[in-house]
Amino acid sequence: MKIYVPMDSAAKALGADAVAEAIVAEAARRGINVELVRNGTRGMIWLEPLVELDAGEGRKAFGPVTVDDVPALLDGTLAGLGPVEDIPFFARQTRLTFARCGVIDPLDLADYQAHGGLGGLRRALAMTGEEIIAEVTDSGLRGRGGAGFPTGIKWNTVLGAVADQKYIVCNADEGDSGTFADRMIMEGDPFTLIEGMAIAGIGVGATRGYVYLRSEYPDAIKVMNAAVRIARENAVLGADVLGSGKAFDMEIRVGAGAYVCGEETSLLNSLEGKRGVVRAKPPLPALEGFLGKPTVVNNVISLATVPVIFEKGAAHYAAFGLGRSKGTMPIQIAGNVKFGGLFETAFGMPLGTLVNDVAGGTATGRPVKAVQVGGPLGAYMPSSKFDTPFGYEEFDGQGGLIGHAGIVVFDDTADMLGMARFAMEFCAVESCGKCTPCRIGSVRGVETIDRIARGDADAIPILTDLCETMKDGSLCALGGFTPFPVMSALTHFPDDFATTKEAAE
Amino acid sequence: MLPILHAIQAAFGHVPSTALGLIADALNVTKAEVHGVISFYHDFRETPAGRHVVKICRAEACQSVGATGLAAETLAKLGVDWHETTANGAVTVEPVYCLGLCACGPAVMVDDKVVGRVDEARMNALLAEAGA
Repeated sequence: MKIYVPMDSAAKALGADAVAEAIVAEAARRGINVELVRNGTRGMIWLEPLVELDAGEGRKAFGPVTVDDVPALLDGTLAGLGPVEDIPFFARQTRLTFARCGVIDPLDLADYQAHGGLGGLRRALAMTGEEIIAEVTDSGLRGRGGAGFPTGIKWNTVLGAVADQKYIVCNADEGDSGTFADRMIMEGDPFTLIEGMAIAGIGVGATRGYVYLRSEYPDAIKVMNAAVRIARENAVLGADVLGSGKAFDMEIRVGAGAYVCGEETSLLNSLEGKRGVVRAKPPLPALEGFLGKPTVVNNVISLATVPVIFEKGAAHYAAFGLGRSKGTMPIQIAGNVKFGGLFETAFGMPLGTLVNDVAGGTATGRPVKAVQVGGPLGAYMPSSKFDTPFGYEEFDGQGGLIGHAGIVVFDDTADMLGMARFAMEFCAVESCGKCTPCRIGSVRGVETIDRIARGDADAIPILTDLCETMKDGSLCALGGFTPFPVMSALTHFPDDFATTKEAAE
Repeated sequence: MLPILHAIQAAFGHVPSTALGLIADALNVTKAEVHGVISFYHDFRETPAGRHVVKICRAEACQSVGATGLAAETLAKLGVDWHETTANGAVTVEPVYCLGLCACGPAVMVDDKVVGRVDEARMNALLAEAGA
């Protein structure tokens, strides 16, 4: 009998390790042969620890499983959920990037290959750099970190740059609240990221890669380090990638708790061992990046999506999506929701369907008040905007952004003035200090919102003006986008700013 | 420089001031530059922490399920503010902005161990285990 217990940190945070230990102990006590596999998560966090049991008739899911449930699980008397693929939340997804996540043993390279792994890299190794970049361009893949810049164009710039050394840098500094897709794929299917980086390296002529991984993810760091070592031992990485004669190797670098290092130029400074201060652009990192050399800087999900594009073809990938938002997006449903987790789907699903239907509304059962999309720099969307389809241009048109596709749901007890204040406070804590609108503006922003809270209506136009200055005058998205949550809270939820005023009067 | 600083902190629990000169010499930079790097990042501490570090997520997703109240109660109960250590040296409380456990908040990390859906009872158990 095979039993799968996720080793994903969300599953661990909900007791998966104790469940796994109990299964091993109970099986030993009964003298039955159980093969325990620590897989990644299937992404349905409300069901974690989600245990799958395969007694020869396919995998059947149970969850959330507690230590006390283990005897019944082995007896076959525990009420189950059936095959994971039949659970409605899972059944309506289109899993391309996350196809293997939760299915395979993350560190079993043979299992990875049995599920299509390395097919993309093998295909890429037979192509020229120009052909590789054309494939990525044709797929329509855009930067999944948030900016949505076309990946093919970025790679083409690096390919065209002449230098003795080029680099692939993976941005795994997933600091946005409400996002965990990078963590999930690194813990659940790390080889797909390695394969994607190798294809990028072969494509643009870069022989070295780095994953800049945030220190807040100790489990992901362990898995990625182990995966890189296994990949190297099996010639997926090294001087002779899969016997092609082409070289690509990589290493994992750990961040140190600075949110701003998710900004690509700040990340490059940090990787070079400096303070994570933002650099002015130009020069673009594609021309002068890590150590001044041409560098591809891509988000985890962008790079982890590359293998499936090469395995199934650009046309297959581009057939999904909406308008200029092609392919699928792993949407992370978080916060106060009934069904939270990772939901990979083609672009285009309306926000309201995601919140009310897929996520099942709030966990508290109270009405939804606001949804923050795109992390701490994303706008708070009121329910009046719930018909907005999930796409880059569509959200931009509504004064928001999809960012890294995290959606955080708040019920009607949320205090939007408090959330606006937090956005400014967060910006003040995390500002790198390089530019004044961000460094000073965020501090003044907190003070100005406090004035509004005390009932000073004159402070509202000052806050609006300050947000304009931050938006136009900041070097990077931290100072430039903090006005999104602040102004959306002020615009869409004026009562939260007015009632406090009246109460004070 | 970051791998060096992480390794020193892993070995000593903090980056002692006596290490600055050694790092500066090894990397051919000034001590001021080393100090600049250490002071930039939230992770590096120049004085030792308590025996356990409890990080409480303050980010939006955890706030939506009550993390602000949980953090305030915890700090009040321990009689410390953020970044401070309990009088018996057992626990240092740090804020953290997202642990990637946004669908099972409020989230807490005790040293390297993550815990989700932390309520008052679970927090009390974690603190008791840490000796606070």
